[in-house]
Amino acid sequence: MDPARKRRVRLVVALSAAVVLAAALVYTSFSASSEARSPSQLLASADPGRTYQLTGKVVNGSIEKHGTTYEFRVRDRDGTASVPIRYTGSVADTFRAGREVIVTVKRQGTTFVGEKDSLVTKCPSKFQEQSKTQKT
Amino acid sequence: MADLGRGLTFLAFAVALYGIGAALYGAIAGRREWVTSARRAVYTLAALTTGAFLVLELAFLRNDFSLAVVQSHSSITTPTFYKAAAAWSSQEGSLLLWLWLLSVWSSLVIFLTRHRMRDVQPYAIAVLLGFAAFFGGLLVFAVSPFDTLPIAPQDGTGLNPLLRHPSMMIHPPMLYSGYTLWAVPFAFAVGALIVRRVDAEWIAATRRFSLGAWIFLGVGILLGARWSYAELGWGGYWAWDPVENASLLPWLTGTAFLHSIMVQEKRGMLKTWNASLILATGTLAILGTFLVRSGILDSIHAFGASTLGIPFVILIGVMIAGSVALVVSRRDVLRTEHKLDSLLSREAMFLANNLVLVGMAFVVFWGTFFPLISEALTGNKQSLGPPWYDKYVVPLALALILLSGIGPVIAWRRATPKNARRNFLWPITAGVATTIVLIPFGVAGRPLALAMFAFAAFAVGTIVQEFVRGVRARKAMTGERAPLAFLTLIRRNRRRYGGYTVHFGMAVLFVGVAASSAFQHVHTVQLKKGQSTEIGRGYTARYDGPTSRIDVTSDGVERLVFGAKLTVSKDDKKVAVLRPERGYYPIEGAPFAGAVGRYFDGESTSEIAMKAGLGLDIWSAVTPDLDPTLAIVKKGDTVFKQASGKLSAQDYSTALGTTIRSLTDNYAKSAPPATFRLIVSPMVAWIWLGALLVFLGGLICIWPTADLAHRRATAGYAARVARELGRARPERA
Repeated sequence: MDPARKRRVRLVVALSAAVVLAAALVYTSFSASSEARSPSQLLASADPGRTYQLTGKVVNGSIEKHGTTYEFRVRDRDGTASVPIRYTGSVADTFRAGREVIVTVKRQGTTFVGEKDSLVTKCPSKFQEQSKTQKT
Repeated sequence: MADLGRGLTFLAFAVALYGIGAALYGAIAGRREWVTSARRAVYTLAALTTGAFLVLELAFLRNDFSLAVVQSHSSITTPTFYKAAAAWSSQEGSLLLWLWLLSVWSSLVIFLTRHRMRDVQPYAIAVLLGFAAFFGGLLVFAVSPFDTLPIAPQDGTGLNPLLRHPSMMIHPPMLYSGYTLWAVPFAFAVGALIVRRVDAEWIAATRRFSLGAWIFLGVGILLGARWSYAELGWGGYWAWDPVENASLLPWLTGTAFLHSIMVQEKRGMLKTWNASLILATGTLAILGTFLVRSGILDSIHAFGASTLGIPFVILIGVMIAGSVALVVSRRDVLRTEHKLDSLLSREAMFLANNLVLVGMAFVVFWGTFFPLISEALTGNKQSLGPPWYDKYVVPLALALILLSGIGPVIAWRRATPKNARRNFLWPITAGVATTIVLIPFGVAGRPLALAMFAFAAFAVGTIVQEFVRGVRARKAMTGERAPLAFLTLIRRNRRRYGGYTVHFGMAVLFVGVAASSAFQHVHTVQLKKGQSTEIGRGYTARYDGPTSRIDVTSDGVERLVFGAKLTVSKDDKKVAVLRPERGYYPIEGAPFAGAVGRYFDGESTSEIAMKAGLGLDIWSAVTPDLDPTLAIVKKGDTVFKQASGKLSAQDYSTALGTTIRSLTDNYAKSAPPATFRLIVSPMVAWIWLGALLVFLGGLICIWPTADLAHRRATAGYAARVARELGRARPERA
């Protein structure tokens, strides 16, 4: 085969493979993703059995521990709407009331059940919004 | 002190702006003196930012709580080492660190290349100072680390206890060194493209800086992983979190760049690809810096939304648009000097390796930004978890390890069957033998892990074979003994054998990742004193009982520590005694906290206990049940509130100390149940060992070779002879 034609064929094959792989990536990312929701959005609508990624703050005084199961409420970052969570699994050292958490949940009746070991507590360490302390 | 810091930062910003103007004017008008002045501006910038950074460090070390950043990130009781490192735990301090490192690396590269690439250098200076002006501008106009409080408080709120880990303190400077070092090849690539000088000289001039960037960024990522494993109490080292991914992206494209420049240096190919890769890497380094500050993505790190998002987006937009415009407008000079002769050649393997690495980077980029992409396309913010990443990254990692075995030994241009047989017979045998040996041990049930072990054995086989051949050749040539021949071989071919060491380390690291992911046993369980539980691979853990103590410093109680004693055994034989703990730090800066309760209201951190070995890690963390203790704490708060003012300060303090002591003692005596996270994970140590080998290989590559010094001396001598001959000729004529 003419070398130039051979190179063109190779290029077409490589590009086609890249397009197929990219399409697979795009397709699976939509089917494998969990919808990110705030507590007020979950309260408005949440289909039973569907997975959601809930982000919000742990309500003060709401944490109850029964063995390795935690029950607590998560509220909106800037609001009071909250949902009850039942979660079994590991929790980070930083988990406590008032902390921002991300947890993968499914609705079961009126409660949201957290997926095992899916609870992450945001690290409060760095680059947080500037404090309200008055600066000169 | 604050005024001095502010003044130095402002001067640094002004010098950077001046340097950009001088460099560009010098280049356009052909006035060398202006370029020289711009070069001096880079050195001055380094001096000014060094001064500003020292002022900030002094403020932390001297407990100058009049500075807002010191008040919110340090305290009197913070240990000195952590005070020094707390400077970069803040947004403002970390930006100053970024600027300081950038100015130091820029000075170094500008000094080292002062007699080379005189046409490219002015533009490279302008780009480097452009970055400096951007970060200097942020520090002057948006987030100054030298802002002061109207009234200086007596004490600060302290450094987050989670960050009180040596690796966490070194991790940011390593990452920032990596990010800022990528700016160097980026700047020279831009300069080379502007002046249309796209031979391999800009690559050679900045190769060590690229390698340095790659090493620093890699060390930073590794330290982050190690900290996560040893400090965070969940037992993992990678979670595909956006902030982790942000540092991985430029590392992946940078790794691809370090491979593909060899093809350009050797055969004049892949010029467009290399220019695009380094421009992308530089942009991704800025993107990484932006991502942790923007708050645009939900991350385990609560990086709040700040005002810095828009300037960063503008900078990244300019970098992308400028890069695309440069590459497109210079496509005539970026044309390849040779075509790919065969798919079975080293250049084809390097290209494949690059496609895999860029493919990985694309997967990570897509997954990281998917919440924004999905929101833009569907209106709903959606995110992707670790299984999605694993689905794509694991096969790509398999391909990468396989290519790391093939690439270094296959022939350039076209491999012959004879060449293939000579180079791959033993490595393939090693891969097949590994597969056969592992199948009876139940590894076949995890085909991806088995494939990784086989491919890693193949890759290690090629590397060992290369070392053996090299040593044999040296022994035959020089008569040296094998150990000396081995060392001399590396010393005389640092780039080649350093590269092999990197590949060896990567194979070891990937084996560790595959084994620890596929064969890990995780167990979360609540145990009463004396109870036992199976934790996997035949190991049993027994909760022998609780422990407690008070850690004090010269300034008071540092933390209360509640823990457990666990005995791990296998086949009724004691294997290890583990003592995981959880430390509770007093809350700082909370005047309304209860007298006793304040010792429990602050941060708490796990001190994991682990029996680590080459073959297996037994990892444990404990969450003590403090509910009964906290009920007493509440009563104590009421009692001390009533006693306040009735007791002398000394009596109050003594009573409080006695109460705290009896609380911790009672916890140990009452033996409440505790919740344990227990992990049996094989070959985690291989990850750290492999990473060390990778970085050792990188250091071998970066070290100047005797050959290079010899070439420089020879070139200098040749130039002198040529000059003398040139002078001699007219006389003869």
